[in-house]
Amino acid sequence: MKIVVCIKRVPDTESRIRVAGDGRSIDPAGIKFVMSPYDEFALETALRVKDAQGGGEVVAVTVGEATSAEQLRSALAMGADSAVLLKGQPTLDGLATARALAAELREQNADLVLLGMKAVDADQQQVGPMLAELLDMPCITVAASIAMEDGKVVAHREVEGGVEVMEAPTPAVVSITKGEYEPRYPSLKGIMAAKKKPLQEKDAELGESRIEVRELSMPPERPAGRIIGQGVDAVPDLVRALREEAKVL
Amino acid sequence: MANVLAVVEQRDGALRRISGEVVSAARQIAEATGGEVHALLIGPQGAGSNGGELGRYGAAKVLVAEGAGLDNYSPEVFAATVAAQAGNGYFAVLFGASSQGRDLAPRVAAKLDVPLAGDATALEVDGGELVVTRPVYAGRAFAKVVLKGEPRLVSIRPNTFRATDAEAAGAVENIGVEGDAASARVQVREVKAASGGKLDVGEAPIVVAGGRGMKGPEHWNLLEDLRDALGSTCALGASRAVVDSGWRPHAEQVGQTGKTVSPQLYFAVGISGAMQHLAGMRSARTIVAINKDPDAPIFKVADFGVVGDAHEVLPKLTEEIRKLG
Repeated sequence: MKIVVCIKRVPDTESRIRVAGDGRSIDPAGIKFVMSPYDEFALETALRVKDAQGGGEVVAVTVGEATSAEQLRSALAMGADSAVLLKGQPTLDGLATARALAAELREQNADLVLLGMKAVDADQQQVGPMLAELLDMPCITVAASIAMEDGKVVAHREVEGGVEVMEAPTPAVVSITKGEYEPRYPSLKGIMAAKKKPLQEKDAELGESRIEVRELSMPPERPAGRIIGQGVDAVPDLVRALREEAKVL
Repeated sequence: MANVLAVVEQRDGALRRISGEVVSAARQIAEATGGEVHALLIGPQGAGSNGGELGRYGAAKVLVAEGAGLDNYSPEVFAATVAAQAGNGYFAVLFGASSQGRDLAPRVAAKLDVPLAGDATALEVDGGELVVTRPVYAGRAFAKVVLKGEPRLVSIRPNTFRATDAEAAGAVENIGVEGDAASARVQVREVKAASGGKLDVGEAPIVVAGGRGMKGPEHWNLLEDLRDALGSTCALGASRAVVDSGWRPHAEQVGQTGKTVSPQLYFAVGISGAMQHLAGMRSARTIVAINKDPDAPIFKVADFGVVGDAHEVLPKLTEEIRKLG
């Protein structure tokens, strides 16, 4: 079976985010870029499904600028068999990204399309279901684990207060959240092998972004708080402050 | 027409808390555009019996789509039903950024070929445009965006827009569902409730979150006791370190690789305050930090701090809150 995993290059979650001079984007200086953590879970899931099936093919695809080849090489080092870089600048308009991915997916004939449930930069959480609609495939979002059963994908989906066990026939799109597995580290052998694996570049069919960013700003500073005191003796004062000052109890 | 469609949610016949927030946010837009708010409620037979209640938040009309097999969320039927209705010339269509809304809204956006802004924290109509403020980088920055499409699709962050009273007719009108849940490709095989069916951290008005300072999963009863004392609107949260250590499930994780939360009250207990955690909870209205280390970064965002061992402070705090009854 063939599994396509869509990944994205994003700032590391411990990076310091600063607004650039244009007031509409972030300043990339000093930022370490990584594969979005949820995409790592999606790739790990794909590699495990491939192993469980006793074979198959895993293709990593991204929409991004030339620098995103770095994250595709990481995917290849983790175990993906080939990679496709759709060159273009992704924006907050997830539908544009989904359209570019859909154009590639139509050529891939994948049995399963996996991606992180969200990219940790735009935080839109929308490309997966949009991609499924464009491809007319069934879609399950926020799956913590998946299994293949008789041509169906069975997913455990996290919802408020519980888990929904859902199933869909393949080909299907499934967005992945953190499950019980940590993404594997690339081995030295994997990193060496990755250099020889095919990485194809194409232009992304992104079209125009229909989400216009007017302004990007830092979150408002929280007003300075105060230390109520030390240990158990501070508790009555804390409860009083919550009741009388903050009025939240 | 400058009407606004509010897609609301119900579970087991009761309107979900987010529904009032979505209708109220829709009303805020409709007041600026001079239109009406129409609520859209989808569910099984009888699900619309409480639909009229949405009038109190400002829904002039409540469109009820009832269908067999819709006890659980059926993505395909819901998306087709919302898309069919949303195409009726609405200025904007609002969803809650709940589990359901986050799954549903992008499908509708793709069906209508319009962009979607997710997880909005503020909305404003400016010169006929809808300006949406939404967090990016898990709240480490905020973007003000304008959507080039009609209708404008937006999901709103839970606990951010208040459900406020504004009497309107709330006239219930039955409409049909599109498609049939039984023949949908995606099927719910089973629903497993989490332990005790507790409230989700992403939507709870009060959150009690624990970190490594709790010293082990066996001490979580201290946090559970505090949660119980705070009542049914309180949920448990956890730091990434705690989830990575396997002490708590990922569903409880707060931060950039977990849930981004905006409760009225957030207790950070034994959490030092890594950047990715602060990103996920700094928009809480009131933050309380309890930590042994007076230099922990969490105290920089906390409104009220107590320096001390969580194991000593928590039982006393639970006791004092119980006294309030």
